[in-house]
Amino acid sequence: MKLDFNVEQKKLKLALAGDYRDFDDEEAKSRLLGAVRGGSVREAVINAGNIGSWDSTLVVVLYELIRECRRADVPVSYEDFPPNLRRLVELAFMVDRKPSLPQKVFLPPLETLGTFGISLWRSIKKGLGFIGQSLTSSRRWLTGTAVMRKVDFLFALQDCSYKAVGIVSLVSFMVGLILAFVGAVQLKTFGAQIYVSSLVAIGMTRIMGAIMVGIIMAGRTGASYAAAIGTMQVNEEIDALKTMGIPVADFLVLPRIMALTLSVPFLVILADFMGIVGGGFVGVLMLDIPYAEYYKYTLDALDMTNFLVGLFHGLVFGVVISLCGCYFGINCGRNADSVGKATTQAVVTAIVWMIVMTGIITFIFEVLGI
Amino acid sequence: MSNTKTQISVRNLTVAYGDFVLLKNADFDINKGDVFIIMGASGGGKSSLLRVLTGLVPAASGQIVIDGVDFTAATESERSKIMQKCGILYQSGALFSSMTLAENIALPLRQYTDYSDKLISELVSLKLALVGLTGFEEFYPSEISGGMKKRAGLARALALDPGIVYFDEPSAGLDPISSKMLDDLIIDINRSLGTTIVVVTHELDSIFAIGTNSVFLDAETKSIIARGNPRELLKNPPNEEVYKFLTRGAEKKYAK
Repeated sequence: MKLDFNVEQKKLKLALAGDYRDFDDEEAKSRLLGAVRGGSVREAVINAGNIGSWDSTLVVVLYELIRECRRADVPVSYEDFPPNLRRLVELAFMVDRKPSLPQKVFLPPLETLGTFGISLWRSIKKGLGFIGQSLTSSRRWLTGTAVMRKVDFLFALQDCSYKAVGIVSLVSFMVGLILAFVGAVQLKTFGAQIYVSSLVAIGMTRIMGAIMVGIIMAGRTGASYAAAIGTMQVNEEIDALKTMGIPVADFLVLPRIMALTLSVPFLVILADFMGIVGGGFVGVLMLDIPYAEYYKYTLDALDMTNFLVGLFHGLVFGVVISLCGCYFGINCGRNADSVGKATTQAVVTAIVWMIVMTGIITFIFEVLGI
Repeated sequence: MSNTKTQISVRNLTVAYGDFVLLKNADFDINKGDVFIIMGASGGGKSSLLRVLTGLVPAASGQIVIDGVDFTAATESERSKIMQKCGILYQSGALFSSMTLAENIALPLRQYTDYSDKLISELVSLKLALVGLTGFEEFYPSEISGGMKKRAGLARALALDPGIVYFDEPSAGLDPISSKMLDDLIIDINRSLGTTIVVVTHELDSIFAIGTNSVFLDAETKSIIARGNPRELLKNPPNEEVYKFLTRGAEKKYAK
């Protein structure tokens, strides 16, 4: 299994003999192609008179050799070729049309920066346009002219309300538990472990409850929105809506935004409660704080302002998650891979925007003294 | 420019996605009652042309006039009015998976008419009966076969009694019998309702069975290189590309 060739009087002769299965002699191949590339060859003859069995690894060698000969304008002749091998090699060259892929253009740095700026501006415009459409759609709903099916809203509500109770409860319980543990380690050094209850109560109600629900719902419901709407894009259902003159924002986005915005604050209340229970679990059972005392300190720490701040965060997160999910679903490409990408982008963008919004809200509340 | 029978008039139309041009300066007319075929090899821009004709993608340049109204320059509400006169059957059927067949077909009726629930229900049953799906009202798209989905999609496309129905690759993914059934259905609708039919396809059997007029899009030159009745084009092919396409490239068998 070797490539025997010689070059005599500018004529390359390749004699194939024996079996060529799993042929992977890169060095021999390089030598053969190098002979053609050297420019000293004016004619090539491939003899397959003594060839035994072969597979695609031989065809690859022949394909590359013939391609190199064509590039160098060297005529190739075949001697005693098995018809099927000859046909296979010919098939490899039967390309009816050259691929018309756009050529990559390397721009100078300033132009690259400009192109990036333009594409960023387009993305911002597109995003703002989508928010505008959603607001218009909400206005139409308020005036009773939106094309929204009640059943779609109820279906979305069911999906993001009681079906999420289990996971929200579990995660919030664990977060309360972790908060209590982490707090207890520090507070114990001052003999103030009783304040674990206050730490958990304030932490959960003010922000942690809302953030945990936000992250869970971004991964659960935001992703599901992007995937469901993205699949509708792949199946041309969104095209059908558009050509029927039905506003996509009314039909697909509005019920989802309404459902999530409505359900997240309730889930935040649940998360607050479960977090406090988790903290109590650690406080009472592991730190040996008397139950009555833990309960009293928790009640003392609970404050309506913190509770409402948490709910407000939840409301904002509901809007952010649903907008991100629907936006990436609607702007999804038309293949399965795009649906996956849209789902990932929806979750990542929702979480990033939730954190950004938390920063903005915290700053505003700080300025307002809330 | 266009005579009284012309329903869709396309002038100097260029279809492009950004800098990537798919079709340049296309000119053709579709007459009322035609079964008009947009054919050509894959990648030739047939489906993209259909997306431009239905307003899903804006034209890069040129003009589309539908029933005397400039579709390319129309406002959103004018477009919506024009599209109410058009039905579209997408390649996949594009039925809304969360709705039953009856709800799918009722959707455009609820959107554009003030009909009572009873009348809508009767119309839905009629449209389903027209496509041979009597009794499938409460089925979901996932519960029926591919061919049935296309027929249900056609029933939805016919919901508002459109003057024009567009079909995007109606035979794609169908077995020969279902494909033939769909072709027969297209002919029936065309003959009985006088509906203008515009079909994007490269299925030769369908092209010859239903087409009364056509354009052939060429991917190389990005232009229309043939037009006319497909059977006439087969008899007198204007160029080798069209001849090869209409004979499945079997030159030897069909050589003149």
